[in-house]
Amino acid sequence: MSARALRNALLPMLAVLIAGCKAVVMHPAGDIAVQQRNLIVASTFLMLLVIVPVIVLTFVFAWRYRASNQEAPYEPDWHHSTQLELVIWSAPLLIIIALGALTWIGTHTLDPYRPVDRLDVARKLPADVKTLNVQVVALDWKWLFIYPDYGIATVNELAAPVDVPISFQITASNVMNSFFVPALAGQIYAMPGMETQLHAVINQAGDYEGFSANYSGAGFSHMRFKFRGLSPSDFDAWVAQVKAGGGALERADYLKLAQPSENLPVQHYAHSASDLYDAILNLCVEPNKMCMRDMMSIDARGGLGLASVDNVSRLAYDRDAGARAAPRSNYVLALCAADRAVSSSPAAVRAASDSPTVASAWAPAESTAAAAAAAPAPNAGATRFAP
Amino acid sequence: MSSLASEPINTANPPSFYLTQEHHPENGTMLGFWLYLMSDCLIFAVLFAMYGVLGRNYAAGPGPAQLFDLKVVAINTSMLLFSSITYGFAMLEMARNRQTATLIWLAITGAFGAAFVGLELNEFAHLIHDGAGPQRSAFLSSFFTLVGTHGLHVSFGIVWLITLMTQVLKHGLTEANRRRLSCLSLFWHFLDVVWIGVFTFVYLLGVLR
Amino acid sequence: MQDRTHFMQLLLGRLSWDAIPLHVPILVGTFIGTATLGLALLGFITYKRAWGYLWSQWFCSIDHKKIGVMYIVLGLIMLLRGFADAIMMRAQQALSFGSSVGYLPPEHYDQVFTAHGVIMIFFVAMPLVTGLMNYVVPLQIGARDVAFPFLNNFSFWMTTAGAVLVMMSLFIGEFARTGWLAYPPLSGIAYSPDVGVDYYIWSLQIAGIGTLLSGVNILATIIKMRAPGMSLMRMPIFTWTALCTNVLIVAAFPVLTAVLVLLSLDRYVGTDFFTNDFGGNAMMYVNLIWIWGHPEVYILILPVFGVFSEVVATFSGKRLFGYASMVYATVVITILSYLVWLHHFFTMGSGASVNSFFGITTMIISIPTGAKMFNWLFTMYRGRIRFDLPMLWTMGFMITFVIGGMTGVLLAVPPADFELHNSLFLVAHFHNVIIGGVVFGAFAGITFWFPKATGFQLDPFWGKVSFWFWLSGFWFAFTPLYVLGLMGVTRRLSHFDDPSLQIWFQIAAFGAVLILFGILAFLVQLFVSIKNRVALADVSGDCWHGRTLEWSTSSPPPEYNFAFTPLVHDQDAWWDMKSRGYVRPLSGFIPIHMPKSTPAGIVLAGISLVCGFALIWHIWWLGAAAFFAVIATAIAHTFNYDRDFHIPAEEVARVEQARTRLLATTV
Repeated sequence: MSARALRNALLPMLAVLIAGCKAVVMHPAGDIAVQQRNLIVASTFLMLLVIVPVIVLTFVFAWRYRASNQEAPYEPDWHHSTQLELVIWSAPLLIIIALGALTWIGTHTLDPYRPVDRLDVARKLPADVKTLNVQVVALDWKWLFIYPDYGIATVNELAAPVDVPISFQITASNVMNSFFVPALAGQIYAMPGMETQLHAVINQAGDYEGFSANYSGAGFSHMRFKFRGLSPSDFDAWVAQVKAGGGALERADYLKLAQPSENLPVQHYAHSASDLYDAILNLCVEPNKMCMRDMMSIDARGGLGLASVDNVSRLAYDRDAGARAAPRSNYVLALCAADRAVSSSPAAVRAASDSPTVASAWAPAESTAAAAAAAPAPNAGATRFAP
Repeated sequence: MSSLASEPINTANPPSFYLTQEHHPENGTMLGFWLYLMSDCLIFAVLFAMYGVLGRNYAAGPGPAQLFDLKVVAINTSMLLFSSITYGFAMLEMARNRQTATLIWLAITGAFGAAFVGLELNEFAHLIHDGAGPQRSAFLSSFFTLVGTHGLHVSFGIVWLITLMTQVLKHGLTEANRRRLSCLSLFWHFLDVVWIGVFTFVYLLGVLR
Repeated sequence: MQDRTHFMQLLLGRLSWDAIPLHVPILVGTFIGTATLGLALLGFITYKRAWGYLWSQWFCSIDHKKIGVMYIVLGLIMLLRGFADAIMMRAQQALSFGSSVGYLPPEHYDQVFTAHGVIMIFFVAMPLVTGLMNYVVPLQIGARDVAFPFLNNFSFWMTTAGAVLVMMSLFIGEFARTGWLAYPPLSGIAYSPDVGVDYYIWSLQIAGIGTLLSGVNILATIIKMRAPGMSLMRMPIFTWTALCTNVLIVAAFPVLTAVLVLLSLDRYVGTDFFTNDFGGNAMMYVNLIWIWGHPEVYILILPVFGVFSEVVATFSGKRLFGYASMVYATVVITILSYLVWLHHFFTMGSGASVNSFFGITTMIISIPTGAKMFNWLFTMYRGRIRFDLPMLWTMGFMITFVIGGMTGVLLAVPPADFELHNSLFLVAHFHNVIIGGVVFGAFAGITFWFPKATGFQLDPFWGKVSFWFWLSGFWFAFTPLYVLGLMGVTRRLSHFDDPSLQIWFQIAAFGAVLILFGILAFLVQLFVSIKNRVALADVSGDCWHGRTLEWSTSSPPPEYNFAFTPLVHDQDAWWDMKSRGYVRPLSGFIPIHMPKSTPAGIVLAGISLVCGFALIWHIWWLGAAAFFAVIATAIAHTFNYDRDFHIPAEEVARVEQARTRLLATTV
């Protein structure tokens, strides 16, 4: 083992270690992530105030009071000191008070639901700034991004202009995921039938990694996307390019896309159905499903009464839509009559809930679906979760 | 802090460091059983919490007002309350050391308990027959699980009751059997208390709401 | 033909030859290896004609000491399995870069990380701490056994049955592919239709019954069976932590039982608790499982805090500094551990105030924990510290655990958690506290009380080898994970694209190999110690100059623990006895009342295992039969009133005289 061989082995390692200092969490490119990084650094520093003395004292005491050192004092019955106890309880207490204050403020200012109020530490939000809205859907196992402002959609590629606030609405198709672009901002869960939100801004142009940070099944490792921070002009060019590329994302296309797949290449859609995200969120993209929102508003009025007990196939999101599942014999499916379903149009709902015994609202599934799709959607869908 | 302070060291005349008689610690069975009941109570707490969260998710199906028959439930509740009273009588007779009377009251308790379970099963059968089974909605899932878990407990209590009656017949009101009867007594009254919660939160509030 | 398949389905449910993973070479190899080892062991026992002895003296024993030892043996065996999973994961992540996909396909890798978590928590850490509590607590409080000796045996066998069920999943069917907490909807029937999650549910349910009953048992023991004079504030600190731990067990495990019942209802009956459809709410599962899961962390760490307290005081030759504040710290941690569960999912989108509340309660836990750390430090201060093995593990703990505590508090800051949640930073954090705390503590406890249990010490050389490999291995394995977490690498990935990450995974894999050497050195240590047991023998019963009552009796203690129940005058009762001229009584022995052994526990657990297996594979007739058999056996057991006996005074005198002679040889 010559010195040169050793150097050859060590140098790349050193290089990698230095590259490691470019850890994205420590060197983010978006203001929210920068603030989160600062909080991490400040908290660590605060805690080191007590951690370092403890480690040092451990070594000092262990060395000084080792059994072979007969010169050190030995007091086998000394076991209490009020002053010392006060110190050892108050030192961590003071640090936690400081850290707690930092946490309270930090958690509120960096609440992902709170719109950003600055571009970065030096720049306020320009008065005329227009927030970019992005609707995010975690699918098996890829990411769908819908841009309602532009009517376009992409798969596994997310682009945003630099120094423009972004507002994400996030949901998932069937199981829990977590939407995470470390360079941009912290993560938040993507959950089926529910919506979470995230507000962030990217300050430096560049390509960044985005991925799911919550295990969601076999294809999870490849559930990654590119987050592209683009200058405003580049972003406009990108939008134009997507629009020029053609392709449409209608409900049927979405259902095809939602089938499990891995390592999907980037896809662009020049057009995406305007109500698609809302339908995904309410688990009613399939034509014969009742929207969660409608179900919830029926439930809020006390349900539909005994006549509605057979009305199950339109509510079974997992059971027959569970694309990953083998077909499953189920008591409910056996019970249900697939050709009958209660209409969920508001009028019918009201009639049904007023007189639960009136089963007048039976209708063939197809026309019901059309009615459901056409029905005006009160905005009572999935709401923010607060336990 | 240190007990050394309270007991001055006297090396000339060291205190006794051991008991010369056999030590008989207090029997821990009642405490242990009570601890078990508290853990069982937490299971019910979880089921109540589930019902609290999911109890209005009818999934566009029937709600409590359309499903529950308060009259039947009231009769059912009285069965269980009576069974608690009769168990109390059994314990009083046990305290008077009257084996036959104890057994008779226990049998009556068991009969009330069986009537309770029977009525509950009847209610379940009706609901399932109407299509409002536990699969129909999250509300019904949590309802069936909460009430069903309670019913399972009562059924288990009846099996236990019969076992204990056999043991009392066989061995008399021995100390071990008295302890066992006291444990079952705790269990039985505990189920009564839980049922009062079920009756109030599930049935009464469900129908009145 | 149709009738026949129907019949087979009725008979065997989902079970068929397809369930045996003959197409997976790794599993076939593992099976051959395990089977060979198992057969060799069985053959050895048969050759030694030890079955009768094992059955009557161990398997049916209701002696808390033997049950404690069996728990620890179970924990160590399962450590080998759990660690095999760990090293497979480290190897996969070190290899699977770019065009290489490694050697584990995702469906296998996902089982490995799930099994690793489940096994390490439920079947390694839990048996190790339960075993220590079982062995030590009755001795420390001067009792003859636990409050419910039969229940103790039953609890142990239920835990073992759960472990057996997990092991069966390796060769019959598969384990869950959901992560160790099996979040729905992924763990629901729609997205995990196979037997994996059912194995998960039933092994945890069966083991959970054992844990819960053991919790009730030790709690009742501590409350009711302390020696006269041992008030609560005179209890040894390990007993205090055991008390708090078992309060947590009794108050937390029912929640796990309930939430798993609900999940199994979703899977078996088709209810809608955690489904996306019919108004289910998967977030309730996440909340409930963490209402159990967070106290579970303290169930593991509190007893080892107790171990470290005993070890520090003993090896510093000093009374524990701040006994009262240690007790209060333990109680505060116990209570607070119920108020922090939401910090496991800040990223679910709760409001800022809710997140802050749970973040700050989490941080508050670090105050009593910090106080404990200082108490240990000031116990060392002005002591005479002997660096025997238990003390080495304790030193390793103190250095390692503070870092884990620090990263833990960091993760409790919600905005920081948004960046670090589910990352390898998190993985590094909880291994930092679990290896640096629970595992080091278990080893400290094992090496500390091993001479008590066996009458001879563990070989110090191999113990030191094991310690240094574990310590360095831990840092090599998990420092890279901290770094990777800061580089934004998330957990549970089976493949990576970025080649610059590979070096870190290779360092981590190297660390895992060091830990492997640590485990092997521990096994060598056991082997060498047993071989040299005469040279390592300790006849005094007090080889470490102990402070608490377990050191007042012989090593190993007699069946009845103490010939006479001790009278306690001080926290450090044995130290007090020694320093005030206690003389061991040599006459006046009395008959001692003891519980009788019974096979009921192992039989009940065996039938429960069959029941669980049948339910996993949908063999309904067998499940029902086994269920009723469990109830019938339990009832039959209650008809046995002949549960105890007296050890005659002459027998006690004989045992005590033998010890007197032995003690005389050393003086």
